[in-house]
Amino acid sequence: MTRKMTRYSLKSQATGWLLLMPAAVFLIAFTYYPTIATLAKSFFSQGTALRPSQFVGLENYASLLDDEVFWKVARNNIIYAGITIPISIALALLMAIWVNGRLPLRSLTRISYFTPTILPMIAVANIWLFFYTPEIGLLDQTLRGAGFNGHNWLGDPNTVLGCIIVVTIWKESGFFMIFYLAALQSLPPELEEAAKLEGASRWTYFRRVMFPLLMPTTLFVMINAVINSFKLVDHLFILTKGGPDNSSSLLLYYIYEVAFSFLDQAYASTLTVILLGALAAIAIAQFVFIDKKVHYQ
Amino acid sequence: MSQLSQKRGFGFALETGAAWLLAFFWILLLIYAFWAAFHPAEYATRFELFAPLTLENFRIAWSQAPFARYFFNTFVLVTIILIAQFILCTLAAYSFARFEFRGKSIAFALVLLQLMIMPEVLIVENYITMSKLGFVDTITGIGLPYMASAFGIFLLRQTFKTIPTDLEDAATIEGCSQLQVLWKVYVPLAKPTYVAFGLVSVSYHWNNFLWPLIITNSVTTRPLTVGLAIFGAPESGVDWSVITAGTLLSVAPLLVAFLLFQRQFVQSFMHAGIK
Repeated sequence: MTRKMTRYSLKSQATGWLLLMPAAVFLIAFTYYPTIATLAKSFFSQGTALRPSQFVGLENYASLLDDEVFWKVARNNIIYAGITIPISIALALLMAIWVNGRLPLRSLTRISYFTPTILPMIAVANIWLFFYTPEIGLLDQTLRGAGFNGHNWLGDPNTVLGCIIVVTIWKESGFFMIFYLAALQSLPPELEEAAKLEGASRWTYFRRVMFPLLMPTTLFVMINAVINSFKLVDHLFILTKGGPDNSSSLLLYYIYEVAFSFLDQAYASTLTVILLGALAAIAIAQFVFIDKKVHYQ
Repeated sequence: MSQLSQKRGFGFALETGAAWLLAFFWILLLIYAFWAAFHPAEYATRFELFAPLTLENFRIAWSQAPFARYFFNTFVLVTIILIAQFILCTLAAYSFARFEFRGKSIAFALVLLQLMIMPEVLIVENYITMSKLGFVDTITGIGLPYMASAFGIFLLRQTFKTIPTDLEDAATIEGCSQLQVLWKVYVPLAKPTYVAFGLVSVSYHWNNFLWPLIITNSVTTRPLTVGLAIFGAPESGVDWSVITAGTLLSVAPLLVAFLLFQRQFVQSFMHAGIK
């Protein structure tokens, strides 16, 4: 703390900024500038060779409100986040508790849980695709073995989003497990012993001691999970391409389609503003709810 | 602990069973992929214990798509990104950890903003920037938006702050300049953080797909993930066993590295997570 006073010199200031400069250039070019440019572009029409782009005010936003696909995609994204996040967090916690305990074959179990995390989503989607394939896929084969009928899982608008959700939960739980594992290992073992001496059941210990102590980790994992639910769309490219009839499309995938298939950058920018707005809301929520001491000391 | 083990009984067995069952389900898909890749196509969906083994699927996959080139591209990509990230993040983290300047806290908050607004979200505008700069369809173009990593800056800053300033003072008295201090004191002491961040970064960019898909359009720049997506597309008409073999080929290096150094991997992800 005493250094703070002595260092606040002109030289320190100049060196500080100078060291920051290279990273700042990249951040400005590929994060701040594009954010502002996206916002600006959402108020302009898409230019063509004959009609140059012009200011249209809120017109893009008006067409967004009328765009059925947008509402469908937004709804999908909310359902997708609403189901994947709690389930993958609960599973992650369960996995961490198991792997942290005195489980036989512990490290093999841990490898199994964690492996999906290090594989590319594209690669695992290839394998899941075959798992879901009607008739010959593993899922249908198993179901037929149990006496049920086959089903076109990815071709049915009612089941396709569920299939995507399962893949995401499978991919992410092991990743979140790691954070819980780290947190569990930092809990003092005396706590559990004290609870045992008091005659508390494991469930009571979990509910009254462990879970509250893990709250910072849960919030940290939750933020990551929410961000991922907006930015992870790789599996859609292989499994469904957003279909059938946009039943499995998510916001970022729709942005990709609008910008690079329909070539409407103005409208894609408008959609991106919505996505940025959602992320900003999360950032504010994080700021309000999380005890800042926990992570940004 | 002896008291604990007495209590083990039915409940413990049940829990162990549940944990193993979940682990089995989690790894099932990978086992399934191995089965399909190492057996002839007619056994891809028929599970017979003595089905003949073959490497034919791997040979076909390797000959039908330029996997060697994709491997090379991915390797170049992750290396470029990692080197750039180490340099940029080290300098910025040193600045945030050890210097006082006006606007520092705002600058830091702005950096952290990138944890929320990741390059994935800004694909439309960044594509336009890349075409203006002439970086479309280059490996550099894939890497540029990721080089100043807020995550890396944050992680290194946290580590640098724990290093006692006495060491720095001693080095300064010895006549080291500030950059020399950074290089000779801070960087060596932060080695575990570099390893952790490096592993997280490499596995992230080895697996990254959306942005590389958008910015590349030729064999000479495409990383493995994009190559694999094209290879596995239904339009390509390649049969299932071959696709699986190609998929396993492309994840093999990372998977082998993970299995060999899994303790290190897990510790690194933990290290990166709790900072």
